[in-house]
Amino acid sequence: MNIFNLINALPGAVAQGLIWGIAAIGIYITYRVLDIADLTVDGSLGTGGAVCIVMMLSGHNVYVSLLVATLAGMCTGLVTGILHTFMGIPAILSGILTQLGLYSVNLKIMGKSNQAINVDKFDLLVSLRYIRDVVFYKNTILVVLVITLLLVAILYWFFGTELGCSLRATGCNGNMARAQGINTNFSKVLGLMISNGLVGLSGALLSQYQGFADIQMGRGAIVIGLAAVIIGEAVFGKVFKNFALKLIAVAFGSIIYYFVLQIVIWLGIDTNLLKLLSAIVVAIFLAIPYWKAKYFSKPASKKEVKTNA
Amino acid sequence: MLELKNVSKTFNAGTVNEKKALVDFSLTLNDGDFVTVIGGNGAGKSTMMNAIAGVWQVDSGQIIIDGADVTRLPEHKRAVFLGRVFQDPMTGTAATMGIEENLALAKRRGKKRTLRSGITKEERAEYRELLKILGLGLENRLTSKVGLLSGGQRQALTLLMATLKKPKLLLLDEHTAALDPKTAAKVLETTQLIVERDKLTTLMITHNMKDAITYGNRLIMLMDGHIILDISGEEKKKLTVEDLLHKFEAASGTEFTNDKAILG
Ligand SMILES: Nc1ncnc2c1ncn2[C@@H]1O[C@H](COP(=O)(O)OP(=O)(O)OP(=O)(O)O)[C@@H](O)[C@H]1O
Ligand SMILES: [Mg+2]
Repeated sequence: MNIFNLINALPGAVAQGLIWGIAAIGIYITYRVLDIADLTVDGSLGTGGAVCIVMMLSGHNVYVSLLVATLAGMCTGLVTGILHTFMGIPAILSGILTQLGLYSVNLKIMGKSNQAINVDKFDLLVSLRYIRDVVFYKNTILVVLVITLLLVAILYWFFGTELGCSLRATGCNGNMARAQGINTNFSKVLGLMISNGLVGLSGALLSQYQGFADIQMGRGAIVIGLAAVIIGEAVFGKVFKNFALKLIAVAFGSIIYYFVLQIVIWLGIDTNLLKLLSAIVVAIFLAIPYWKAKYFSKPASKKEVKTNA
Repeated sequence: MLELKNVSKTFNAGTVNEKKALVDFSLTLNDGDFVTVIGGNGAGKSTMMNAIAGVWQVDSGQIIIDGADVTRLPEHKRAVFLGRVFQDPMTGTAATMGIEENLALAKRRGKKRTLRSGITKEERAEYRELLKILGLGLENRLTSKVGLLSGGQRQALTLLMATLKKPKLLLLDEHTAALDPKTAAKVLETTQLIVERDKLTTLMITHNMKDAITYGNRLIMLMDGHIILDISGEEKKKLTVEDLLHKFEAASGTEFTNDKAILG
């Protein structure tokens, strides 16, 4: 357990955390803003990765590939949205159905269960290899940071528009939204599309970063995303009140998650157990607000809840 | 202004829980009518309002608002015509959004929501003025989250939102029932003020017979999905609670058993 091994691994953890942070921001939009637990993401992350790698392999420019990967992600959100609103299937089940279908779709896109891309032959935007010994503007950490800030700025603007406000109202109180003339079905579909677009983009960046896309890459994405959301809120929730800052907190949460993961790996814990650990940690964090309300609330705060009801 | 023609709605049809909530229900409101609605629990009052608002589709019949047949329109499209305040103060507002943001949402009722800013500077000034008529000091808390407000404050705000864009029809479903008597009186007062100022056609459900008599120019009583009493004009002005109870007994053949309504 050489401490230098850990320190060496940290920049990579930051880069990976930031890339996953974009997916986590997408998950924040469905989970926190729209109040939907969307399991599409486990499939759409892979879709983004597959589309991006296959497009680049067939000679497309990296930016075009990223854009198409994002659009592909949005399409997956559209499918879930239609299943949920038009066909009346519960949101969780809609996401699971899309996710399952995407397994085949992603295989078809790639033609096999994984596709590698050589960083020496292709002009990638981000890569494992662009962490150290690279001119600063090509540094993956900086590149992803800039992309994240750009996305946060766009989302902050969007959720302040009339349309964005109608999405927030839909997630907060559907009855109220409809009474004010908002088509809540449309809001949900749009929200799912935006969310999965971000997840697709994240998957595209991730596949470039690791140098391949594979059929398993999105597995557990929802849990990692939720972990990032929850860690971000736990650590920064008290100070970050503004919507843009809340999104940034999610990105930070994702970095922290990958930091902790690196430490766990460094400690020599069996990596086969990582998913189990993640699931347990997320389960506990999801339970905390419930436990707090049930066992630890002071009489005063209980009364507050009641008068609000 | 409003026409319900032979509207029927049965919940859970064909099951043991089958409930005929509205039976061949017809009602016509004239422009500027302020109609109070009373009736025991489960009489179908809320169901009548939900039918008008389009919460679900009715089984049969026709609903016409201001000459437009809205029978098949979804809820969010009917919202153009309607202002609604609900019994539960939580229902009418978005708790995680600010007071001004809630008002801004209401201001855009019936308009296409675009990528323009969700709230403008001029609007803020306008809302500050509007909130003053509530007399609750909300004009100084424009950015406060609505979740922090009391039930009465939320109902008053919902009322303002419902009438911000003059609705063709204002629907109030026991909007003061969850409030303490003092707050309820205040919200009712504001309701009267706004309805008179904007000459709104209004349907107000209440459990309080006194209020039903005091407010409005017409009173209807529902039972088992039917209108069993319909009193307006001079007759309504002279009405007392005792009269109403006698009329109820005569019309229904049973004694009125809602203590809350008598005592209230
Ligand atoms: N969505 C629904 N599903 C099933 N049954 C319903 C539904 N809504 C109303 N009902 C039933 O229809 C009947 C009329 O209900 P409604 O809510 O209109 O009564 P109300 O006159 O508003 O009574 P209250 O004074 O208690 O509010 C009741 O028996 C009720 O249980
Ligand atoms: Mg009712």
